[in-house]
Formats: sequence, structure tokens, C-alpha cells
Amino acid sequence: MAAILERDPGDKKMSEVLQSLFWILIFPGFLFTAVFGLVACWIVRKVSALVQWRVGPPLYQPFVDVMKLMGKEILIPEDAQRTVFLMAPIVGLAGVLLLSTMLWRITIAPATPFVGDIIVAIYLMVIPSLALILGSSASASPHAAVGTSREMKLVMGYELPLVLALVVVIIKTAGLIEPGQQLSLAAISQHTPIFSISGFLAFLVSLLCVQAKLGFVPFDIAESDTEVASGVIIEYSGALLAIWKIMQAMMLVALPLFLVMVFLGGFHFAGCPLARGIGKYVLVLVLLILIKNTNPRVRIDQAMKFFWVYCGLTLAIACLLAAMGNFYHIGWL
Amino acid sequence: MNWKIWSLKKSPWVFHVNAGACNNCDIEIVNLLTPKFDVERFGIKLVGSPRHADALLVTGVGTWQAAKRLKEVYRQTPKPCVVFAIGACACGTGIFNNGYHVVGPVDKIIKEVDPNAIIAYVPGCPPKPEAMISGVVKALSAL
Repeated sequence: MAAILERDPGDKKMSEVLQSLFWILIFPGFLFTAVFGLVACWIVRKVSALVQWRVGPPLYQPFVDVMKLMGKEILIPEDAQRTVFLMAPIVGLAGVLLLSTMLWRITIAPATPFVGDIIVAIYLMVIPSLALILGSSASASPHAAVGTSREMKLVMGYELPLVLALVVVIIKTAGLIEPGQQLSLAAISQHTPIFSISGFLAFLVSLLCVQAKLGFVPFDIAESDTEVASGVIIEYSGALLAIWKIMQAMMLVALPLFLVMVFLGGFHFAGCPLARGIGKYVLVLVLLILIKNTNPRVRIDQAMKFFWVYCGLTLAIACLLAAMGNFYHIGWL
Repeated sequence: MNWKIWSLKKSPWVFHVNAGACNNCDIEIVNLLTPKFDVERFGIKLVGSPRHADALLVTGVGTWQAAKRLKEVYRQTPKPCVVFAIGACACGTGIFNNGYHVVGPVDKIIKEVDPNAIIAYVPGCPPKPEAMISGVVKALSAL
């Protein structure tokens, strides 16, 4: 990179392209997030093991799993729609890659001009689920078909509460942020809406939505091993399965990070606040793991009812409280 | 050592196939995952689909009905993979020898699909979990 800059100092465009490539592929993007995510995978398995009074796998286990899958044979079902079947994992990976790059970029350099706001984050967060739906429906397996329909219903279930929870945050921070910046993640992550009743309710609901997005236990309906034999990813093997695993590992970084940025005041990169940021991330992750380990799998109708009725009502109350708090200038409502 | 083989040894995911067993061996297999034995320490994980598996744990004698399915499951498992014949029935048809419903033993059925399949035998009725762990270790070190 340095050589290119010396040879052609006037060409700013080239260095900008290289800079963006570095952002996306190496530092906060692919390499960093994937390694971080695989370590988070290990934390999930280790904490689950400790909860169940076991020893659990060693730190390098998720890395070895991915390495092994890379070396295995790739089988493609005869009746599968080959192009979609092969493309789906890559599309999902691209979505979560963009999401995590964006979130880290906003965290590291909040002053940069538009990188993406809450709306972009909501769109990018749906892409992995959509890719799963596409890939599994292209695989021509009856188990995958059941998994697909469950995943679709689950997406319909949790999207609405998640958006409503973000609306609560936007109402909550509306008075504190200058007009025009209300949707910006960089501005929102300067505040901590969780220290108020409405913010806390919204945080609880969005924690459960993230649980469903990650496919963790009470909402692992689409992927349940014992019922539909891994459901949506049943037909994937070898390197394609490895891509799914890396995608899930990266989601394990991006989604808790999103929660930390929206509700808990974000990550800040310098000295002591960095440790505090990591602490917040680990707190959210451990909460997710504990919910995972203390609940049975729900049925799809129970999940829909839970998200639409109970979470919907909770968020309606939270929205009202937040609006009242804004109107009467009461911070803790 | 080849990295593919090394990583396979460090994370063998297993798929459990019941080829007409009496459920005794199956209970012992599930025992492996309990806190007392905790095979996740060694990276062994029970998976839900043969496409994710590196090893097939086959229990049971191999009946007419199950033999077809067993062959299909073996074809669907990405190679390289190891087949474990768990229990006396799977190893050599046990007390069901010459029964009207028996096609097995398991190694005969698998070798009809792939003569070069890697097959490990863990005898016992049912084999103890310790015996299964020792069988897995021996099979993997022979790779």
C-alpha cells in the first residue's frame, strides 16, 4: 500500500479504495469479526458447559471445526437449485459482514460522515435470515422446507417488536440529540436509554428478538436438531456449512454489539472505556447464553403469540411512557 | 501431518444411526454426552444431519428395512468419514445370528456401498461409554 502511495501521491482515489478494502476485509471487517466471533462461539459453548456442570471444549474448538469443514467433501442434492443453493451462504455472509463493518466503523470513528444509520442496520440484520430461507428452500429437502416455513414465521414474528423497541429508543433520545441526527447510531450510542423504565422494557424485548435472530434455544425452532434434523441447514456440508458457521459466529458479534450501541451507551476506544465496552458486550452475551440454557424450545405458534401479543403490549406501554417522559421532562420514565 | 486429518481428529462430529437396535446401545451413546463423560471436551458433537457428520455411530443388527436406509445415510455422509459399529449386534449380529430379518452385520452392509470404508468395532451388550471413547481414540489414531 505504501509503495503505491509513493509512486502516485496525487491519486487519492486509489488509496481510498485500498483503505475501504482494509476496513472491510481485515480490521473491523471480515478477519477481525470472524476471529472475535469464533471466540464468542467458544464462550457460548463453554458457559453452556459450565451451566450443565461439564468441562466444555477448548478455546481452539470453533476454529478447528471450521478448518475441518473446509477440508470436507461438498455434497449438492440432485434436485437442488444449484445457483441459489451455492450463493445463499455467501449472500448471508456478505450481509453480516457489511453490518459488522458498519457498526465497528461507527464505533471507532464516530465523526466520519454517513456510514449507515439505524434503518440501514435493520435492513442488514434481515439479510442472514433471508439467505437462510433462500438456501434452504433451494435445497429440495422436506426437512429444510419445514425449517424454511418456521424461519419465515419467526422473522415475521420478531421484526415488528425489534423495530418498535428501536422506536422507543428514538423517542427517548429525541430531546437529547440535535435535530437531523435522531436516526444516527453514532449519536444514539452517546446515551444510555436503559436507565429508564421504557428503555429497560425495550432492551428486554430486543434482547429476546436478538435471541431469535441468532437461533438460540427458546427460538431455535427453525434449526432444531432433534425435530427437523438441523432444519434450514440440513443439506449443507463441507465448505458451505463452514460459511454458515462463520456467518453465525459473526452475527454473535454484530447483534450484541448493536444492542450495546443502542441501549447501553456503546463502545469507546481508549483506555478504561474500552474495558467497560468489552464488559457490556460480554454482559449481553452471557445474558443471551443464560436465557438459552434455562429455557425449553417453544412451538412456532407460541413464539408468534409471545412476540406479537406480549412483546407488542410491553412495547406499546414503553412507547407511551417514553412519550410521556419526553413531554413532562421526566428522565426516568 | 495433513491439516485435514489433524482437524478431523480434533473435531469429529457424529451422527447416530439406529439400524434395528433394542435401544440399549442408544442409551449408552446418549450417556457419552452427560456431564460424567462429556465428550464435547474432545470436540465430539452429536449432529442432526448425516451431511454434517464425520462419523456414523451405527447400532443394531441391520435389518432388511434398515439396511437400505443405512446405505443411503452412508452415501450422504461427506467423505472422509468413519463408521463405528457399536455393540455386539452391529459387530457380528450377536444373538440374532441367522435370524429371518437380518441382513447385517453392519460392516457387510457398508462394504456393499464402499469396499474401502473405514469401520471400527466396539463390542459389548451394551458397550460401556468408556469402551466407546477408547474405540473412537483407536480409530482416529489409525487414520
